[in-house]
Amino acid sequence: MDFNLTEEHRMVQKMVRDFTHKEVIPTIGEWDRKQEMAPHILPRMGELGILGINIPVRYGGQGFDYITLGLVCEELEYADSTLRVVMSVHMGLNSMGLLQWGTEDQKQRFLVPQAKGEKYGAFGLTEPGAGSDVANLTSTAVKDGRDYILNGEKMWISLATKAHNVLVVARTDFSLEKKSNGLTAFMVETDRDGVTVGDIHGKLGVRAGSTGWVAMQDVRIPEENRIGEEGEGFKIAMSCLDNGRYTVGAGATGLIRACLDASVKYANEREAFGRPIGNFQLIKQKIGIMKRDYDMARMLILRAGWMKNQGLRNTMETSMAKWFATDASFKAASEAIQVHGAYGFSDEYPVERFLRNSKGAVIYEGSSEVHTLLQADYALGYRKDRPLRCELPAYDPDFWQDEV
Amino acid sequence: MKIIVCVKQVPDSAAAMSVEDGKISWGDAPLVINPWDEYAVEAALRLTEAQGGDVIALSLGDENAKEAIKHALAMGCSEAILVNDPAMAGADTQAVARVLAAAIQKIGGADIVVFGKQAIDSDVGATPSMVARLLGWPAVTLVSEIVECTQSEIKASRAMEEGRQQVAAELPVVLSIVKDYGEPRYPSFMGIRKAARASVPEWTVADTGIDLPSAVVTWPNVMAPPEREVTNEIIEGSNPEEIAAKLADKIMEEKVL
Repeated sequence: MDFNLTEEHRMVQKMVRDFTHKEVIPTIGEWDRKQEMAPHILPRMGELGILGINIPVRYGGQGFDYITLGLVCEELEYADSTLRVVMSVHMGLNSMGLLQWGTEDQKQRFLVPQAKGEKYGAFGLTEPGAGSDVANLTSTAVKDGRDYILNGEKMWISLATKAHNVLVVARTDFSLEKKSNGLTAFMVETDRDGVTVGDIHGKLGVRAGSTGWVAMQDVRIPEENRIGEEGEGFKIAMSCLDNGRYTVGAGATGLIRACLDASVKYANEREAFGRPIGNFQLIKQKIGIMKRDYDMARMLILRAGWMKNQGLRNTMETSMAKWFATDASFKAASEAIQVHGAYGFSDEYPVERFLRNSKGAVIYEGSSEVHTLLQADYALGYRKDRPLRCELPAYDPDFWQDEV
Repeated sequence: MKIIVCVKQVPDSAAAMSVEDGKISWGDAPLVINPWDEYAVEAALRLTEAQGGDVIALSLGDENAKEAIKHALAMGCSEAILVNDPAMAGADTQAVARVLAAAIQKIGGADIVVFGKQAIDSDVGATPSMVARLLGWPAVTLVSEIVECTQSEIKASRAMEEGRQQVAAELPVVLSIVKDYGEPRYPSFMGIRKAARASVPEWTVADTGIDLPSAVVTWPNVMAPPEREVTNEIIEGSNPEEIAAKLADKIMEEKVL
């Protein structure tokens, strides 16, 4: 067993860390306060190649492995959750879905510009009335000749107002008793007639990001934009979540580290009763737990990344990593505020932003309750992962890096 | 155009330095490329992007110096050479300059050799001038802007405390670059992959064709500066004018002004 990161991994980590420390961290507090996404973030992430980090070079990406994707997400969320959210939807839920399920034509049309950062991807699964209950979503796609006509509304969509391509899941078959078999996935370009988008304001966290809605009214989508076969939408959505959750868990790991670093710094600087507060046992306990949770979250994420590299099914392990890391990041942020005392309660320090940002990730991409049930079902033998028609390809350096 | 950029591995600028038993320690803080050298690499790359040609990264150091070299490669340098000789541990600036000058000659010379303004560990800042002297080339130090560069001449702006000075020199030339030159680029992902796979040739001092230079400056003792004693005093008064007057008196009394 080799726990070492490769030289490439470490260099990518440092590069992304340098980027966030120079171009994000100095101003992110202001953008969070303004509840706006800094306009330079997405173009810069694209220009630097971050938006295509683990996509093969032949599809416009940088050709790194899935572990690198996790490390990048950790660094991004160390700065602010909104940057990791970009990777979750653009990469995990959309681009990796194309890599796994897309035809060669779809990869050329959608994946290449997305991996190059010329276009942004989003994921349209959740609806106003369907979150965890995916099988009951109500958006529809009705066949009309060689096209489909899509209607419905998608809610809580990250990058709703920034994305060019949204991977949407809609119902194509209303007759089936097992409703999940009636869902189909489509790539919907947001500049099509009938598509309207908007941002949601007044969120608790991820305020420096775009979260919104995508409404579709009689949107005509050609058959060539259907991802996978009719009826495969649920499976596609779930496999996309295996990738999205991986990025969320990796990001939450970075958030724990951010809480730990901020708490350690403050505990060494702040004095009470004549000595730095780090000397007090109850402060040590909080910091000790943050350090433990960071290590545990990181190991769970690295295991999931390694399994993806090997081409092993990782639904259970990714769920475990996402569940643990997001829960732990919420606790770490709360305790980081406690370490900072009253100052942690103000936006003079970043820890209140960490807490607000951490809450979303224990809800989206499988709430902690959903993951608890998933893990119990695996343990009880009620749930088994069946092979998919298209599995996420194992990382093959030659294929990934070959420029063709 | 052939450019050699000299880079050095130093402790991270955020590292807490201490002195233990007369030796400097930076704990377990990571070693990084000297921040000033990143500006030098940036300048070298911009020159070749405008003029064509290659940039060779050259470093003198131990195994750890490969981090600095790989960083330079990932930024876009086309090749790199490390002079790694245990006998150079503790070498002074002139010894370093002699080895670098010999290595530059062994490489076959260059049109331009670029340095960062100084290294943040020893802060001497004399290596570029010494290398220029040893090579017999002009030295243009503290360069904040390259105004014009042809195959035979360079015009550059030097950042000085009093202002800017424009200078011109014939090639080959040695430059040292300051921060005003412009932000260094991040390593590209493709550059990172290339750097991670690059095999860096290692030379000993003997390989450069000179005898081991001896140090003429040694460090008989190194000590940490005494800790400053800081006390806080809050000046009070009934209005800002009174507070300002008291503060002014206090400043005069303490001979701050």
